Amino acid sequence: MSIAEQPTNKTDNPLKIVEDATCTFCGCVCDDINLTVEGNQITKAQNACVLGKAWFFNHHIEERPEALIDGQPATYEQAIDRAAQILLESQYAITYGLSDTTCEAQRVAVAITDWIGGCLDTTTSVCHGPSGMAFQGVGEVTCSLGELKNRADYLIYWGGNPAESHPRHFTKYSLMPKGEFVPNGRKDRTAVLIDVRKTKTAKAVDIHLQLKPRSDFELAWALRALAKGLELDDSVEEKTGIPLAQLKEVMEGMKKAKFGAILFGMGVTMTRGKHLNSEAVLALARDMNKHTRWVAKPMRGHGNVTGADNVVSWSTGYPFGIHLGRGYPRFNPGEFTSSDVLGRGEADAALIVASDPYSNFSQPARDHLKAINTIVLDPKLSETAKIAKVAFTTSTYGINEPGTVYRMDDIPIPLRPAFDSPYRSDYDILKAIENKIRKHQLEAVNAGLKAGEFRIVSGCSSAW
Amino acid sequence: MTDIFILIPGRTSKQGTTLNEGKYTEGYQTEINTLKMNPDDMERLDIAEGEEVRMWNEHGSVVVPCCTGKNELPPGLLFISYGDKSSQLMPGETHGTGMPDSKGLDVQIEKIAT
Repeated sequence: MSIAEQPTNKTDNPLKIVEDATCTFCGCVCDDINLTVEGNQITKAQNACVLGKAWFFNHHIEERPEALIDGQPATYEQAIDRAAQILLESQYAITYGLSDTTCEAQRVAVAITDWIGGCLDTTTSVCHGPSGMAFQGVGEVTCSLGELKNRADYLIYWGGNPAESHPRHFTKYSLMPKGEFVPNGRKDRTAVLIDVRKTKTAKAVDIHLQLKPRSDFELAWALRALAKGLELDDSVEEKTGIPLAQLKEVMEGMKKAKFGAILFGMGVTMTRGKHLNSEAVLALARDMNKHTRWVAKPMRGHGNVTGADNVVSWSTGYPFGIHLGRGYPRFNPGEFTSSDVLGRGEADAALIVASDPYSNFSQPARDHLKAINTIVLDPKLSETAKIAKVAFTTSTYGINEPGTVYRMDDIPIPLRPAFDSPYRSDYDILKAIENKIRKHQLEAVNAGLKAGEFRIVSGCSSAW
Repeated sequence: MTDIFILIPGRTSKQGTTLNEGKYTEGYQTEINTLKMNPDDMERLDIAEGEEVRMWNEHGSVVVPCCTGKNELPPGLLFISYGDKSSQLMPGETHGTGMPDSKGLDVQIEKIAT
């Protein structure tokens, strides 16, 4: 970290320059941002894209209570007590969110869920969860973003609009930069967009395959067939909207590439077919390796959603949708994923970390979330915070807090905070809740031992 | 009988920037509550720029202003930024994946009678 403090004549606030700060708005996790900080306000964010600037300029300190219990202002200590009580008394709690916080906080959230025998899920389940399932089915031919920058001469953006959602992916990692084996940058690369819409990304690429909605699966399998040299008839165009001749042309280009990459977004995972769509795209990249080097990478959204996948995977063996109630992890998307658990009206408590499911989930899931005891940690007010029994105001990771996040290519990157917050971090709050829970559980065990009983407290509820 | 359209909820740059300013800002609310439609479809259905329409399916019904999608959308396709309105039209069923059908939703549209 390189932080130089300098006095300023303009204001009483000290001027601080934070070099190589890390932006955690999207999965690109750009770590070359130079911040100018005046007091508790970031005034310049050199190298940041339009989304990064909005992230850095709008996370100043807000005047809000540190916590709310039933909508009434409360202290952190009161809220931590209440949160621990809710989680201990629950029969079937669910932990959700986690993609906009540090890996350190994610680890504590996993531990809490394990101690109380709850369900563990992250925003991955409504993002690239289907891709996570597909990795288990067909594997992942992968690479780092640095390899893309230095090697990729054929890029296929599939079901995503990075020009708007990941603006610096183009300039820093994939489309534009000059690299060791692509010294002329953009001129050395061919770019294709596969999307139902003619988005801003369409203007940046050489070829736009504007497929019909809900035909990603068929298009991927048509390309797989062409990669194997099989003959196809014109029904491909009828189904996908893409002329067979154009598909053959693209496949020729793919085979001639030295290093190709499919970068796929939620147009693939959120559309009917879901994990089967992701599987088809991943299998296409795998098949192409019979001709030349190809990889496929999901374009990840939130700043540390990749960290959530990593932390949850190394802790439990699975990336999301996990039940810990039997004392060992069980993975079952559709059963233990939040949309389903809440939509079926099953959970009786929820621990929501840095996420707003009350704005984004289906109506049945939202209705249930409102009906149960919900605990929320969020730096900003959200609809979920409004309906929560206990709502914590937190500091913002990366801006106020150090820690580790994972870039979308699974590269861990340190955070370099800009200024202190009067609010506590997710990690501190979660650790305090965990300590309360463990203290109570251990006291219950000791009391049982003294009375000549032995009770397993972890993994089941116990009276507060 | 009204036409069936396919709705694609998604991310936009403006949604991302206004999200950071706050979910209760006018900019964010306008962005997530505005429907984009192919201009020919709007003309055929006699919907003026900015005019409100009712959009519904078996999961919910919302009222949103409608505007042209800067030639991004082919006929029959609609776009709206992810948010409360799009979520109201999303099914709870995930088909064993954890992911509700969040893009490519069948919806119907009608002009709000004035």
